[in-house]
Amino acid sequence: MQIEHGPVSRRNQNPEKQASEHLRFIRDVMERSASFTAVPGWGMVIVGGTALLAAWIASIQATSDGSLIVWFMEAIIAVAVGIWTLRKKAQKSGVSLTSGPGRKYILTLAPSMVAGLLFTVALWKAGNLELLATLWLLLYGAGTITGGASSVRVIPVLGICFMVMGIISLFIPSAWMHFLLALGFGGLHIGFGLYIARNYGG
Amino acid sequence: MGDKVLVGSMRVLKKQLNPLIHARVRLGIVSALAAGQTLSFRDLKVLLSTSDGNLSRHTQKLEEAGYVECIKSFQGRMPLTEYRLTSKGSEALVDYVEQMERMLRVARSANNK
Repeated sequence: MQIEHGPVSRRNQNPEKQASEHLRFIRDVMERSASFTAVPGWGMVIVGGTALLAAWIASIQATSDGSLIVWFMEAIIAVAVGIWTLRKKAQKSGVSLTSGPGRKYILTLAPSMVAGLLFTVALWKAGNLELLATLWLLLYGAGTITGGASSVRVIPVLGICFMVMGIISLFIPSAWMHFLLALGFGGLHIGFGLYIARNYGG
Repeated sequence: MGDKVLVGSMRVLKKQLNPLIHARVRLGIVSALAAGQTLSFRDLKVLLSTSDGNLSRHTQKLEEAGYVECIKSFQGRMPLTEYRLTSKGSEALVDYVEQMERMLRVARSANNK
C-alpha cells in the first residue's frame, strides 16, 4: 500500500514511512520558507567586503590599540549593514523584522556578540590582545550556529566554519591575526553570502 | 490478516486525502505559504526547485480552489506576482496534516501488533 502521487510517492515503501516522509516534507518546506526571507546574503557579501578592507587597514596600524579601533569601527559598520539588509529583505518579502525568523536570528546572535564585546574590553584592559581573533571567531561562530538553528542549513554550517577557524587560531602565531580575521569575517561571509543570495532569495 | 486490515484502513484513509494538495508541488506551495508569509513567484520557484510552467500550473489550480490568493503589483517598473494562503487553504493543510498523522498512527499500531 502506498500513498500515490504525494511528495514522496515510492513503491515498496511501508505506509508508516510514507506518512512520516510526507509530514517531514511539509515541515521541511515550512522551515525553509520561514527562514527564506531572514538571512540577507547580499548583506553578508557587503560585510565580508568591509571586513577585508578593515583587515588590511588594521594590519598597517602601528599599534595594537590602533588595530583594535579599526576592528571596532568595522563591527559597528557590519552590525549596521546587517540590520539594514535584514530589514530590506524582510520588507521585500512582506514580513516584519520584529517578529518571525528575522527577530529569532537577531535575538540568538545578540548574546554572543555582547559577550564578545565585553571580553574584548576585558582583554584590552588586561593588555592581552593576542587572543582576540580566537575569541571573536569562536563567539561569532557559536552565535551563528544558534542563530542559524531556525534558519537555512547553510547558516549553522557557516557558524561551524567560524568555530573551526577559531580553533585553528589557537595553534598559529598571533601575528597572523588579521589574516585569519580577513579569511573568516571577509572570506567566509563573501562565500556563504553569495551562496545564500543565489539560493535563498537575495 | 493484519496486513489486510492495514491495507483496508490505509485505502479508506487515502481516499479521504485532499487531491488538490496531495501533489508534491501544490503541497509545497501551501506549506511554504503556511509559514506565515507572502512569497513571490520567484521565491516559490527557488524554494521548491521547479520550473516556471510547472509552478504556474499548480498555483493556478490552488487559486481556482480558493486556497491561495494572487497579488499582482509593481516593484519599480518590474511586475511582481506574490501569493498568500487563504483561510480555506490553511484549513485544507491542517486537515491534510491531521489525515497524515492518522495514517501514521494506524500504520504504527498495525506494526506493533
